[in-house]
Amino acid sequence: MDIQFTEEQELLRSSIQRFLREQYGFDERRKIVSTDEGWSRKHWEAFAELGLCAAPFQESSGGLGGGPLATMIVMQEFGRSLVVEPYFETVVLAGGLIEDVASSEQREALLPSIMEGEAIWALAWSEGRSRYDFNNVTTTARRQGDNFILSGTKAAVVGAPWADKLIVSARTSGDSRDRHGVSLFIVDRHSANLHVQSFKTLDGRRAAELALMNVEVPANQLLGGEGDGVVALEACRNRAIAALCAEAVGAMSVLNSATLEYSKTRKQFGVALGTFQVLQHRMVDMFIALEEAVSLMQHLNLSLAAREPNGSKLASGAKSKVGYAARFIAEQAVQLHGGMGMSDELNVGHYFKRISSINVQFGDPTYHLMRYAQQS
Amino acid sequence: MELNLSDQDAAFRDEVRAFIAENYPQEMRVPNPETDLTKEQSLLWHRILHKKGWIAPLWPKDYGGPGWSVTQRFIFEQETSRAGTLPPLAFSVTMVGPVIYTFGSEAQKKKFLPRILSGDDWWCQGYSEPGSGSDLASVRTKAVRDGDHYVVNGHKTWTTLAQHADWIFCLVRTDPSAKPQAGISFLLIDMKSPGVTVRPIITIDGSHEVNDVFLEDVRVPVENLIGEENKGWTYAKFLLGNERTSMAGIGRSTRYLQRLAQIVRTEISEDDPSYGEFIKDIARVELDVLALEATELRIIAQMSRGIDPGPAASLFKIRGTEIFQRITDLTHQAVGNYGLAIREHPVSANHFMPGPDYGHTATEKYLNSRKLSIYGGSNEIQRNIIAKAVLGL
Repeated sequence: MDIQFTEEQELLRSSIQRFLREQYGFDERRKIVSTDEGWSRKHWEAFAELGLCAAPFQESSGGLGGGPLATMIVMQEFGRSLVVEPYFETVVLAGGLIEDVASSEQREALLPSIMEGEAIWALAWSEGRSRYDFNNVTTTARRQGDNFILSGTKAAVVGAPWADKLIVSARTSGDSRDRHGVSLFIVDRHSANLHVQSFKTLDGRRAAELALMNVEVPANQLLGGEGDGVVALEACRNRAIAALCAEAVGAMSVLNSATLEYSKTRKQFGVALGTFQVLQHRMVDMFIALEEAVSLMQHLNLSLAAREPNGSKLASGAKSKVGYAARFIAEQAVQLHGGMGMSDELNVGHYFKRISSINVQFGDPTYHLMRYAQQS
Repeated sequence: MELNLSDQDAAFRDEVRAFIAENYPQEMRVPNPETDLTKEQSLLWHRILHKKGWIAPLWPKDYGGPGWSVTQRFIFEQETSRAGTLPPLAFSVTMVGPVIYTFGSEAQKKKFLPRILSGDDWWCQGYSEPGSGSDLASVRTKAVRDGDHYVVNGHKTWTTLAQHADWIFCLVRTDPSAKPQAGISFLLIDMKSPGVTVRPIITIDGSHEVNDVFLEDVRVPVENLIGEENKGWTYAKFLLGNERTSMAGIGRSTRYLQRLAQIVRTEISEDDPSYGEFIKDIARVELDVLALEATELRIIAQMSRGIDPGPAASLFKIRGTEIFQRITDLTHQAVGNYGLAIREHPVSANHFMPGPDYGHTATEKYLNSRKLSIYGGSNEIQRNIIAKAVLGL
């Protein structure tokens, strides 16, 4: 089942690798993260020039037609280099939703600026008490003439401080836990009465709490059918999980090679760490965990590309299995690096933190294990 | 779990409990005392305990200890940690103090012990070096005799709270030709000596707890040598024994477990797919804590009959740290999406932190607790100790 990449896909991958190797080393990334903004528009523009922002979109939308496998290739390389720019939020989440459920007018109006790297997006679905449940929405949207009026709060929205546009889930009908009645809205981040309170995330990005205090949104900014937001978000989650798993696999592969390398060079008690059998077995388990994660991640992406049914169950399975594997590898990579693994100076801890962040987004490994079980 | 206490011991427990309730400084009740307090703030409780005569439970009465029985010491440890008080600086009171009164000269006892008790001197530990983590016997920092002084050159690392320290106790190599363990000496160095430089190491949680300490041609008077030259390994091992028995951390784990249960009850509804898993996980950890606590009580009972637990003490380090890591991991999961946020260090009210207060330290604690299975002799090393010294493998 190993993926044989086409020439085009190989070209995409090698061009990203080359760019990241030359322009996105760990020191460069550290500089980017420590700026006030926390991301680099210069690098973002370079990603767009490489065609990354257009890669997954259908040719009929003006994209390069790469689909889920293109996203997978990009995200895996981004995982290897710990790229912080909001590709996941803008292209995978928002771009994916727009391509999937937007009207043709909206697609024509919105996708070009995403593909050209001009617009940054964020997806605001979570709330203070929602955990990972899309139904659990208390933010309301009520119709008033040609507008919807949005009121409520959205929590821990990754990339919101950077975004030009937000996709916000709000309830147009039903009770706070109903599956039906949640709608998606395109909201300008600089709208009047929208308050954005930013904070730093553990992996060096920026997120925000949003307070919508009667924000006016024109009715034509409704994204997808009124009341159908949860279905759209569920499909979005499958794509999101496929992308996050690819990113996690990229990060895991770096941790495994770094740990292996360290165990061959670091000496304690007069011998290399790697000569201790207990550590050898640990690294064998890390190797196995990565192989399994790669397989399941590719399986999910191939299945999404083929539009097979049951995507949601497989996505939950992958998020759980890859998440546990990633946590195991990340924790052991820190452990086997000893004190150095704890230091901010070494890259290992930063991969650890990105993996911890990936495991929180769209549901942790335990949540998805149980979701998988419920769908069996 | 409670010990079966005599009336006298029960009265002692009540006295300790009441003393904490009445005297523990409100100022020290911050979200994360280990990182959020200034040096002066973190010494407040130390000074209160000193005034009361309770600062050094382990020490013999002659040197300023309270003269407690094994059981009383255990009760004190249990009550202070259950109440969430910040323990007095271990490097001073638990580690270097006993080395000085056991192996030090009369002059050293007179000079150092009172200032350790009062909190006037803050000590840090110069054991680890860049090339020697769990393999302590490989220290490379050199001390060369020059008249009445040693001239010390080397690089110590992971030195906890060296930024506050007045003194550092160091393992140094005095005989480069001897076998690794045989050429080491135990030296006390004034941090104000010329040639001592402290450089912060920021850890993955963003905090500044540990440091590099560079020693360049530092002149140390020979009277600061503990015991005999080249016998330092014996003193170092004696000290590490004290470090390991105090690592079960039952009180701390119990408090964090209670908070985890509170977060789960408040944040996660019963129809959440993972609710049942949290309940199971909490129960599992609770049983782990219970079993470790019961083991601790069993060992305490043996110790009061004069039986030394010996190297089996490593099991407290292994299980105590694994349990606490698991609790911080579950707590990080329990706060859900807010697990993405992390407090900025140094902590300040100007930095916005989202979500309910009880979740604010979840991320940093999860990250920071990764160190527990690494420091003080990694858990792999502790398992080797048990395999070799207990099981005879």
